[in-house]
Amino acid sequence: MVRHILSATVLAALLAGGAWAKTDITLGMQLEPPHLDPTSAAAAAIDEVVYANVYEGLTRFTSDGSVVPGLAESWEIADDGLSYTFKLRRGVLYHDGATFGADDVKFSLDRARVEDSTNAQKALFAAIDSVNVIDDATVEITLTKPNGALLFNLAWGDAIIIDESDASALETTPVGTGPFKFSNWVQGDRVELVKNPDYWGDPVALDKATFKFISDPTAAFAAMMAGDVDAFPVFPAPENLAQFEADPRFTVLVGSTEGETILSTNNKAGPFVDVRVRKAVAHAIDRQAIIDGAMFGYGTPIGSHFAPHNPAYVDLTANSTYDPELSKKLLTEAGYADGFTTTLKLPPPSYARRGGEIIAAQLRAVGIQTEISNLEWAQWLEEVFRGKDFGLTIVSHTEPMDIGIYARPDYYFQYDDAVVQAMISGLDAITDPDDRTEVLQALQERISENYVNGYLFQLAKTGVANAKIQGLWQNSPTQANDLTGVSWAE
Amino acid sequence: MLRYGLRRAASMLVSLAVASVVIFCAIEVVPGDPAQYMLGLNASPDTVAALRAELGLDQQPVTRYMSWITGMLRGDFGISYTYRTPVAQMVADRLWISLPLALYALILSTAIAFPVGIMAAARRGSVVDMGVIGATQLGIAVPNFWFAMILVVIFAINLGWFSAGGFPGWEGGLLAGIKALTLPAIALALPQASILARVMRSALIDTLGEDFVRTARAKGLSRRQVLWRHALRNALIPVLTIIGLQFSFLLAGAIIIENVFYLPGLGRLVFQAIAARDLIVVESVVMLLVFAVILVTFLVDLAYAWVDPRLRGAR
Repeated sequence: MVRHILSATVLAALLAGGAWAKTDITLGMQLEPPHLDPTSAAAAAIDEVVYANVYEGLTRFTSDGSVVPGLAESWEIADDGLSYTFKLRRGVLYHDGATFGADDVKFSLDRARVEDSTNAQKALFAAIDSVNVIDDATVEITLTKPNGALLFNLAWGDAIIIDESDASALETTPVGTGPFKFSNWVQGDRVELVKNPDYWGDPVALDKATFKFISDPTAAFAAMMAGDVDAFPVFPAPENLAQFEADPRFTVLVGSTEGETILSTNNKAGPFVDVRVRKAVAHAIDRQAIIDGAMFGYGTPIGSHFAPHNPAYVDLTANSTYDPELSKKLLTEAGYADGFTTTLKLPPPSYARRGGEIIAAQLRAVGIQTEISNLEWAQWLEEVFRGKDFGLTIVSHTEPMDIGIYARPDYYFQYDDAVVQAMISGLDAITDPDDRTEVLQALQERISENYVNGYLFQLAKTGVANAKIQGLWQNSPTQANDLTGVSWAE
Repeated sequence: MLRYGLRRAASMLVSLAVASVVIFCAIEVVPGDPAQYMLGLNASPDTVAALRAELGLDQQPVTRYMSWITGMLRGDFGISYTYRTPVAQMVADRLWISLPLALYALILSTAIAFPVGIMAAARRGSVVDMGVIGATQLGIAVPNFWFAMILVVIFAINLGWFSAGGFPGWEGGLLAGIKALTLPAIALALPQASILARVMRSALIDTLGEDFVRTARAKGLSRRQVLWRHALRNALIPVLTIIGLQFSFLLAGAIIIENVFYLPGLGRLVFQAIAARDLIVVESVVMLLVFAVILVTFLVDLAYAWVDPRLRGAR
């Protein structure tokens, strides 16, 4: 550790003397990762530090969401879609000097899918039947049933490849194959990464990256203004963005995320069992007012549970236009002419707390009274997510391509629809892209027309950066701060 | 003096034992599951169960209480659920910021409050006294987080003399560390100094009205000599009480200031740990803070006895 700090200091001193462009960067993040092992927790902050920087998987996401080769150089898919043969890159070293090989792939994927695995996204690996080492640089993955999403699933941070001997200590001393090595973690304050000189791919421009954890939005603003941090890829206070936009020292990066922000509705609770009531709720909501009021205009309206930047997206917002009169009519038809009272339980993010107040007012206008309660995340998970004790709640589902949750009748919004379940299990078996698109579109329509939840908007990624930084991800296909292409302009 | 000290120490131990039970029970009843929190919205129930087993959360509360207490007596605070590092190490790291910050603020507060309070009391009713009363009233009324933000705007954003926050670590040098703690310490010290100055002033005024002061004056001592030699020492008891309370407050209650300056101190650790339901961290840190408060009270009790020998025999 001391050696790392020393070498980093020497490096910094050397660079400070030169006239080159800056080669270190400090990024601000609102939440600190609990630890640095993405294979045993869901916290987005973990991937925001390590994804593509420290660890790599067989495939990886790029900024536009496409899946490209990672540690696998290429692959072949058998005609029946039941086996994938990956050719691995040769000459790849872990940060501790060990050589990457087919055994590591088998170990990592098997570890993620065993019975007592604590991988938060274990479902990603559900279709895998076996992982076989063919030779040192070839791995075959066989499936129990075809899974068109396999390459996509393997790009997640939860599917990284690690060396068996490092597995137990990844939480505090991450060892991967990426372009940056873990150097130091001052808990509560920052994580530091340094350039990996032995990286197999294109060398990165940065020598050092520091992730600084600043939870308070006002402090985040001050830190940007004072130049303590160079960029805040997910800036916590949208109300300050206009001020940054007007300042030539900064650029504001507005991009898309995988976060469908929805008014989750308990489909098994009281009036919401009736689709007419859910439809009435959908028509009572003025999405634009919520986007403007709660998100300061950042966000794209959605009409189903699907990301607008995905090629298979269909715009279904017309199914739930703002129409309070229609809403009242539907409530009367359903037997609630005088309205009813339900609960609206809000987790901490500002989209929920601010959006909740606006939605409550809009629902009141058609006769639906809401009892608002503000919950912490842990409480929300206990009461709403696990206990299913709620009428309405607002939450952003940030996992990429998570429409599959609609096939889980025990999921917290309790939507039980055999048609959707059949479509989703059928989707797994389809590998042809056009056929997949067709099914995905039908799914979006089905969910939208059944008004399972109130569909509000796609969360925007709003970041702030020093105007001289180039190559930061504008979009967020997965929650990450990929620094491989980041550099300072001269 | 020794018997007095032992009696105080015994009551300190009883308080600690009671506190440990109260803390454990209070945290037990809070809803929320650390395993679910860590695994998020997509995890299947059996994954959550596997993690609960790994963390030892599936054991009975009594078993967990006993292992917590016996571990702590041996100096083993357990392993954090979320950070997966020893709690003792985390707390020690944070203490290296919280403790110096509290001391720094306390020194500033005392250094301001003593002269100001004494000056005001010595010239009671004068313009200086009025000015002190007004200024300290304002100092108490101003919320310290707001004052902190004003400091950041002036000294970090506009003048660029300080960082807006953060802590470089003591390995970056003593001066750099002290510099990073300066704005937070000032923000913390201002309200405390105002309170302390007012207490100092009124305690001194009370003492100056006592018979023994008149006697001392009658003996021929000057006002100045009476003030420094007799009145001040007797006025120290309420001041010490307030200093004791303030130190405990500064150690445990600096959380808002830690947030404004994003300092990785104890307060923020507790805050994060509560949100993540990292119960073992919450329990251990709260226990430690209780211990610190009780210890400070104990030391203040001893200091009373030193200042006022009459208290040594008292019950």
